[in-house]
Amino acid sequence: MTVTMKPVDAVVIGLGWTGSILSMELASEGINVVALERGAYRDTAPDWTYPKAVDELKYGIRGELFQRLSKDTVTIRHAVGDTAVPYRQLNVFLLPDNVGGAGVHWNGQHYRPSPEDLKFYSHNVERYGAKFLPEDMTIQDYDVTYDELEPYLDEFERLCGTSGQAGNIRGKLIAGGNPFEGPRSRDYPTPALPDSEGARRFAKAAKEMGYSPFPQPSANCSQPWTNQYGVRLGPCNLCGYCERYGCYIYAKASPQTTILPALLRKPNFEMRTHSTVTKINLSSDGKRATGVTYVDATGQEVIQPADLVILSSFQINNVRLMLLSGIGKPYDPNTGEGVIGKNFAYQMMSESALFFDKDVATNPFIGAGAGAQQIIDEFNADHFDHAPHGFIGGGYILGGTTGGRPLQQLNVPPGTPAWGAAWKKAAKDTYLHSTRVQTHSSVMSYRGAYVDLDPTYRNALGQPLARITFDWHDNEYKMTKFVTDRALEIVAKMNPKSHTVTMRKPGEHFNTRQYQTTHITGGVITGADPKTSAVNRYSQSWDVPNLFVFGASAFPQNFGYNPTGLIGGLTYMGAHAIREKYLKSPGPLVPV
Amino acid sequence: MPLDESFKNRRTFLRQALGIVPGAVLLSSGGAELLSSATALGATVKPPPATPYAPTFFNAAEWAFLNAAVDRLIPADLEGPGGVELGVPEFIDRQMETGYGYGEFWYLSSPFVPDVDPSLGYQLQYAPREFYRTAIADIDAACVSAHGNAFSALDPATQDAVLTALQKGSLPLARIAKPAEFFIQLLANTKEGYFADPMYGGNKHMGSWKMIGFPGARADFKSWMTRPGVVYPLGPVSIQGEKA
Repeated sequence: MTVTMKPVDAVVIGLGWTGSILSMELASEGINVVALERGAYRDTAPDWTYPKAVDELKYGIRGELFQRLSKDTVTIRHAVGDTAVPYRQLNVFLLPDNVGGAGVHWNGQHYRPSPEDLKFYSHNVERYGAKFLPEDMTIQDYDVTYDELEPYLDEFERLCGTSGQAGNIRGKLIAGGNPFEGPRSRDYPTPALPDSEGARRFAKAAKEMGYSPFPQPSANCSQPWTNQYGVRLGPCNLCGYCERYGCYIYAKASPQTTILPALLRKPNFEMRTHSTVTKINLSSDGKRATGVTYVDATGQEVIQPADLVILSSFQINNVRLMLLSGIGKPYDPNTGEGVIGKNFAYQMMSESALFFDKDVATNPFIGAGAGAQQIIDEFNADHFDHAPHGFIGGGYILGGTTGGRPLQQLNVPPGTPAWGAAWKKAAKDTYLHSTRVQTHSSVMSYRGAYVDLDPTYRNALGQPLARITFDWHDNEYKMTKFVTDRALEIVAKMNPKSHTVTMRKPGEHFNTRQYQTTHITGGVITGADPKTSAVNRYSQSWDVPNLFVFGASAFPQNFGYNPTGLIGGLTYMGAHAIREKYLKSPGPLVPV
Repeated sequence: MPLDESFKNRRTFLRQALGIVPGAVLLSSGGAELLSSATALGATVKPPPATPYAPTFFNAAEWAFLNAAVDRLIPADLEGPGGVELGVPEFIDRQMETGYGYGEFWYLSSPFVPDVDPSLGYQLQYAPREFYRTAIADIDAACVSAHGNAFSALDPATQDAVLTALQKGSLPLARIAKPAEFFIQLLANTKEGYFADPMYGGNKHMGSWKMIGFPGARADFKSWMTRPGVVYPLGPVSIQGEKA
């Protein structure tokens, strides 16, 4: 028998980055907030204290912090008409779980969008003409400008204590920062972390070639920082265990290190873990959310009525819950109509491992998931003239290592076999003398790249898995070749004894076995028009105005940067709109 | 060439030991000890462990395969320790008793469609435990059929050829639709046992970390982060506090 709980003012689905921000902001208004998290509660102590946190097998390889695929996963196919098969082992992207979500195991690579990223369709059409874009490309504009978003990007950086070197404060360019960044209202909260040896060599080569390298912005504090909620972070010690790990030293920003200590003290906030939301419930006319249905730890089905519903789970789970709840029109790739599931995108990386002589000590294990690396941004977004090159988008090029964990991060020179005596000798000879240069790039959205519900496979609760239809396109193959060639010119200037190249080439399918990034995006996209987007500029559902959806599901296409900075900005913009406008006068914040 | 000689002797010894010793004996005590004694001929090798490891999951034939395969994937030589002497087979056996071994980390619901493009990832029905059990029996059967002996009794060159065929997917196995998947699994677990923290049963005394220069669980470079390019001076520590 289903149990119905006492109504609350707001229910939050998923307690990761966006759910924690919304819970905190709404609870600060004095309203009653219940957060439903399908996973367990976890915190720095006792879950990832030193030294048990620095366990590569448990966290880096087995993926202790990630979603257990035996309970839930997605299916993937390359094209409409193919049969999708399950994503049975975690590789290409990671799926988060538990309190803190991906905010616990991210790298802390904390970027802002370039101004043109937010108007990527109109910007490119204006500069290169509509015919420059492939016919099946479906990119769109955000309904917000960089200048409008700037205060919220800033607010998220203050939350995180982000370290970095500003390149543009109120229009004034600052040497040593990113000359391509949009104007910032002020500098980063804490100064940039020191460079690793790989970063130092990369920056030297890049500078000699006329580029403007800058330290990677990092949500790993370089100095103690107390944020707007009174939560204090400590400085990073470049331990080399960031991505896939909880930070034992309270330096990496996560909900646990920036929000939860303040949030959990609020009497009008309640966190319920092991509570998996299966549906957002609607009024009989479908125009209003009445609350949610969830399954608790005992398997009991529970209805939680609420006036306001915040959907803040991971990208793919946001899309699936919208589809399962029947909110918004599902996207149809044949007609291009409908919005839920539309414009799924990913990112494209390439990589070169560099091997130096034995007198070069790179100390590859000294690093952070973000920071201690150097970046150039000359070939990202629309920072260069694309007209001669026949593609749009691009990526940043970064030099240095995030750590030297031997299972994940030990590289061997080109031509080395994968096993046997020659592999072992190569590992021994090169480990301490190697570093890395990577490109991290955009992926546009296309008519045939989308998410729907799989007709065959189900999760442990019996619900259909989300089905991803996705493959690479010529625009991205051209883009990665161009950006990678620029990266390899820097590699040559760094003058290693040898180097590898890993790059996606035309004819290669999207490969689910090779980790690139966890940055899957789209499916509940934001925009100015209810016909082509699912949520408005404040992340409010066009169809159900008392539902707000936060996260990378909002991206109309994927840009070249890591997504968390933009997600944080959009989240604070929505949170302010709810606090300052919606709660006073519930209803659509943008007239339809 | 004393090194070559010692390795030839060691091969012969290993082969005879695994071939002659009955399974039950090997399972209870013989295997690990014999292998450790054999590798002690190498220059960089540690003394044998006080208590030989008795596998929990693998039976005698599987254990012989695993030791022989790991010894080819990461052989012992003067460059550094081999996978067997660092306890990789013990590591893999212990992993089989974890949630990972039982498949908790993988989605294993049907239907299974193994004949899709390999870029769509692992599509077989086996959790690690069943995968090892099924594949080892099939590989040994294929070796008996082609070479007259189980894998562990073959000479190293033939073992390498079998592993290479498995890696390339050109060794047909009776029950494994995609034999190369087992090679991926075996090599991944072998490297895990070689490089993971010693508390999981492999990487004995941090042998692999010492070999490459990885400081293990030190994970605090406050004193060294502003000295790029200067050789880091400290050896590894393990999670349980072992130092080198």
